[in-house]
Amino acid sequence: MVETFACSFRATELDARRGIVSVVERLKEMGIPNTRVDEVQIALAEAVNNVVEHAYAETTTGDVLIRCNLFPDRLWVEIRDAGAPFPDAKLPEGKAVDVDTPLENLPEGGFGWLLIRELANDVQYQRNLDNNQLSLCFEIQLTS
Amino acid sequence: MSLTSTVADGAQVVTVNAQRIDAAMAIQFKEDMRSETEDGPERVILDLSNVDFIDSSGLGAIVAAMKQLGAARKLDLAGLTPMVDKVFRLTRMDTVFNLYSTLQDALDPEQVEN
Repeated sequence: MVETFACSFRATELDARRGIVSVVERLKEMGIPNTRVDEVQIALAEAVNNVVEHAYAETTTGDVLIRCNLFPDRLWVEIRDAGAPFPDAKLPEGKAVDVDTPLENLPEGGFGWLLIRELANDVQYQRNLDNNQLSLCFEIQLTS
Repeated sequence: MSLTSTVADGAQVVTVNAQRIDAAMAIQFKEDMRSETEDGPERVILDLSNVDFIDSSGLGAIVAAMKQLGAARKLDLAGLTPMVDKVFRLTRMDTVFNLYSTLQDALDPEQVEN
């Protein structure tokens, strides 16, 4: 059996925060262990931040649609937006940050894809006619 | 103001009074850190025990806050909750800062790393 829910919100930083928190509450109610929900929250927040900061950077801000499909052993989180596609229709690699560097050269960003790739078990992207569809898969061991 | 600050044992302790240092909060946090730490002791301890979530923007803002202090001062982090700790470890930024599980540990002369 698959449990599903969806929600949508405007692609602004404050609406994104509220949207992410509401998704997290629903995932906890579904019985996903808190430590795994924490990891989903970290990855989901990065994916949504990217939509707010990049996909809608050059256009009028639109909506972010999130759909969660919980299978017995995995959770798929789908994030859709009507903004610009990823450059070259390819997902960023999420390279590790070089920390062996002088203080002034330390990066102040660019950690997002690293976190997504470390926490999600699978990442898929497809560019549809007028929207981006990013899907993150998380393996789950249900407690209830 | 997202921060409050005191001086304890010669170090400035800056406490974050927010549950999330996320994209919506990062710029304000960075500016508040700049005004809180404009001058003061060489060692600054950022108490993160109220923070239960941090994202890439928030992490970047903490790195920026450390850079603002300059080479003569240092920023240590205390009271990392599980999700904050995870983000630091996954990005290897745990190797850049001295991390203390509690503020008390950060102020304990026997535990302080240089």
